[in-house]
Amino acid sequence: MAKEPTFAQHLRLYITGYILSVVLTLAAFAAVLTIGREHKSVLLLVALLGVAQLAVQLKYFLNVTTQRDRRDNLALILFSSLILLIIVLGTVWIMGNLAVRMHTTM
Amino acid sequence: MNPISSPKNPLSASNPHEAIHRDPDMVIFGFWVFMMSDLIFFGVVFAIYITMVGATAGGPGPKELFDFGSLFAQTMFLLTSSLTVGIATVMVKHERSRASFLFWVVITLLLGMGFLGLELYDFSVMAEKGGVPQRSGYLSAFFGLVPLHGLHVTFGCLWMIVLIVQVFTMGLCDVVKLRFLRLALFWHFLDLIWIGIFSVVYFGGWVYG
Amino acid sequence: MNNLDYGWLGKLNWDSLVFSGFLESPSVSEAVASVAGSIVILAAVAILALLTWFKVWGTLWRDWLTSTDHKRIGIMYIAFAIVMLVRGLLEGMVMRAQQAAAPDGFLYADHFAQLFSTHGTIMVFFVAVPFLVGLINFAMPLQIGARDVAFPVLNQISLAVTVSSGVLLMVSLVVGQFSTGGWSAYPPYTGADFSPGVGPDYWIWAIVFSGAGTTLTGINFTVTVYKCRGPGMHLFRMPLFCWTVLCASILMIFAMPPLSVAAIMLGLDRYLDFHFFTNDLGGNMMNYANLFWLFGHPEVYLLVLPAYGIFSEVFSTYSAKTLYGYKSLVIATMCIAILSFTVWLHHFFTMGQSPTINIAFGIATMLIAVPTGVKVYDWMATMYRGRIRFTTPMVYAIGFLILFVIGGLSGVILANPTVDFQVHNTLFLVAHFHNVLIPGVLFGILAGYNYWFPKAFGFRLNDKWGKRSAYLWFAGFMVTFFPLYGAGLLGMPRRSFSYGDLTFKPFMVVAFIGAMIVLAALITLIIQFLVSIRDRNKTRVPVGDPWDGRSLEWNSPAPVPAYNFVEIPKVTDRDAFTEAKEHGEAYKRPKVYRDIELPKNNPLGFILCVVSGILMFALVWYIWWLALISALTMLVAVIVSTFRKETEYIIPASQLEKDTEAWLALVEKSEPVGRDLEDSPRNVGLAKLEL
Repeated sequence: MAKEPTFAQHLRLYITGYILSVVLTLAAFAAVLTIGREHKSVLLLVALLGVAQLAVQLKYFLNVTTQRDRRDNLALILFSSLILLIIVLGTVWIMGNLAVRMHTTM
Repeated sequence: MNPISSPKNPLSASNPHEAIHRDPDMVIFGFWVFMMSDLIFFGVVFAIYITMVGATAGGPGPKELFDFGSLFAQTMFLLTSSLTVGIATVMVKHERSRASFLFWVVITLLLGMGFLGLELYDFSVMAEKGGVPQRSGYLSAFFGLVPLHGLHVTFGCLWMIVLIVQVFTMGLCDVVKLRFLRLALFWHFLDLIWIGIFSVVYFGGWVYG
Repeated sequence: MNNLDYGWLGKLNWDSLVFSGFLESPSVSEAVASVAGSIVILAAVAILALLTWFKVWGTLWRDWLTSTDHKRIGIMYIAFAIVMLVRGLLEGMVMRAQQAAAPDGFLYADHFAQLFSTHGTIMVFFVAVPFLVGLINFAMPLQIGARDVAFPVLNQISLAVTVSSGVLLMVSLVVGQFSTGGWSAYPPYTGADFSPGVGPDYWIWAIVFSGAGTTLTGINFTVTVYKCRGPGMHLFRMPLFCWTVLCASILMIFAMPPLSVAAIMLGLDRYLDFHFFTNDLGGNMMNYANLFWLFGHPEVYLLVLPAYGIFSEVFSTYSAKTLYGYKSLVIATMCIAILSFTVWLHHFFTMGQSPTINIAFGIATMLIAVPTGVKVYDWMATMYRGRIRFTTPMVYAIGFLILFVIGGLSGVILANPTVDFQVHNTLFLVAHFHNVLIPGVLFGILAGYNYWFPKAFGFRLNDKWGKRSAYLWFAGFMVTFFPLYGAGLLGMPRRSFSYGDLTFKPFMVVAFIGAMIVLAALITLIIQFLVSIRDRNKTRVPVGDPWDGRSLEWNSPAPVPAYNFVEIPKVTDRDAFTEAKEHGEAYKRPKVYRDIELPKNNPLGFILCVVSGILMFALVWYIWWLALISALTMLVAVIVSTFRKETEYIIPASQLEKDTEAWLALVEKSEPVGRDLEDSPRNVGLAKLEL
């Protein structure tokens, strides 16, 4: 079992997470507001920043790590993400394909 | 490992009987399972939103309706409340005074309510521009998703109020602590969902819509 | 008309009552509806009268309605499911009669449509799910050596909302009309434009609330299996039933949300004029089909996996052999659980997407046959060279094995998109899913009912009547549904209340005869129950192990005491109880007696049951003030209950000692019986070791 963090360490964990999240949020807003109008590919950047922020918050706020006694939670989250991906990507694939074939806007 | 579940903690050690119903690890794990179910719930609504981005039916779309200044303010409110609820967690786990704990919970509650106020104001501005859910499939999808998150935040606020009352009536006992730890998880989870909302709903909608 | 314009009774008025239709324009169709409505009212009145007459309200309240005991909650789930089964089955009979009589049928088209809508909704959501959840509730905590499920009050709440949704369906027989849109309730037909009545609203609320109950149950069971196992009970020492429960619970957690979302969005379309699935203003009904089957396919496995678990227990116990290929069965179960999320599109191959997508999902569908095949071979290998006893559960299990394979094969046929284009929306499909659900789920449920009944009530069910019932179910099922394959291949559409092509008529007449046999099966099932109660003094099994069981649930007296085990047994291997019996570790006196803490009774479940029922009714009928009051009441009830301080009570060690000594004395003086005497009065639940 990992050693319990002290009060100060614990507090520092949350503050670090907060600062990183703020930076990532600002970056996402800045990216969209500056180049968003011309380049649709900005969404790729937004997605990367979003995933990075998810990771930051999972680590610093929700304390999900690969420690042995946390594996249950990690396994649960990974499995849920798999199902989530199947559902969302599957839906977008199917409905997008239908929209193309039926000449409707998606 | 949560300090609350370590063997030294009175919650698990002092009880002479087999106390299976209060095992903190189990309760927290159960709450994680619930959140994952909720995650799928949100995920499905996100998928619906993505498939309906173009379905504005001649009505107002993201470019006319979204206000990024307000969006940024909402994001900061929620993100900061995630920090303050985290600080309250630290207060509980390191058994600091009840007052310091309550202080950070109340700050979180105020930030949460501020977020809700801003969101409602945003909706009213959208409605003035004709952005009501009855107008188009796209707007139905928008109002199916964003207020769903808002409803969760409302529920979290209510939970916080009940918890504050319980700190006074029942004391900061183990049951209440455990409830708070779950509330904190819930609150962080809502912040995670919000990252999805500003990335997909607002930015995605704005760039593609 | 604006939604807010209704008066204080909402849309309700005299014409909403089912009897008014009959009084105004008498016809057979209206008469059938009125009789059904009267039965509901009379049954409700009769039950209330009987309860009062026998003065059992107090017991009912203390021991059942407020109980948090997983065994009692399980039994209540099953009792509820059986009531709903009777209704669903009778509806099936009426439909078969109508189609056999067609083209001169006796029902209106709308009435027929209500029948197939309620039949499907009831059989899936209010028979199969609650029956299985009941069996799981009863058996799973015992099998893993737990005192209760992880969250007993949550368990109560799940039951509460499931029952209130079922009652809402019963109410729809008397007040207003149910949906005519089938169990899948596809918009735009079920939208406000084409179904302005209250029918789809009944469907929506019943689905939303019972779906929430099922999700909570899934969370509860998952955590129970993960965190409440007794000492030594590693995951890979669990009985296979517990594995299937774990996988089915995961399906509940992840598959129910899409259904809830679909139903809520349909509700938003209907109540608040949203445009998710409407024809105009950018709505897209194909989103609904996609959402519904995102839930619908995992749902099938949610039902059948626990049934597989029951069959695994049954094959192993009645062959007196350890389960063959345990690990392969576990892995197959997991594979099925994950694959079940990748095949939903095969329910709408004909919706218009590209062949590439159809092929991908077709292949995924066929893949599911592989792990299922592994299971079938494992079960056969379990029986191979076993000392097989043909008891009722075993008869069901063997019937399942043969008939289910046929259903599975017709599924593989349907998984081919090119074939599906020919037979979709025909009776071939109806035959297929009844062919998997009846042998797969219903037989599993009935096998489990016969298998665990003595554990729950302390006496065995009558084996002769049990077998009669089983054979009648087999015959009835085959005669009813095999003709439908033929009619479907000839092109007869499903859900038709009449038809002009008389080629179909012979098939329908045979199917009707089959339906009568199914009715006979139901009646024999009831006879079995009554005969067993009559003979209960000759079939008591107080020691608790009537079948030479292999898992922990048999390691306690029957009926099981509230605390399940005086001392949670330490597990060292698979088939824990057999292991203990062989090493002389069973029926040992505990070294010390320790107090046991159990959850107290809680009225919350009952309150939520009543109030959520009122809430749903008010929403269906647009009675806004009542809806608001009941919603607030629910919220307040939950909040108030979190202020309870003493949520547990203690069973003192002295009580435990008294109970256990009495049980051990009984073991001492009982005669162990061999397997040949299993069905004789000498079987008091102590099994002779036959190595």
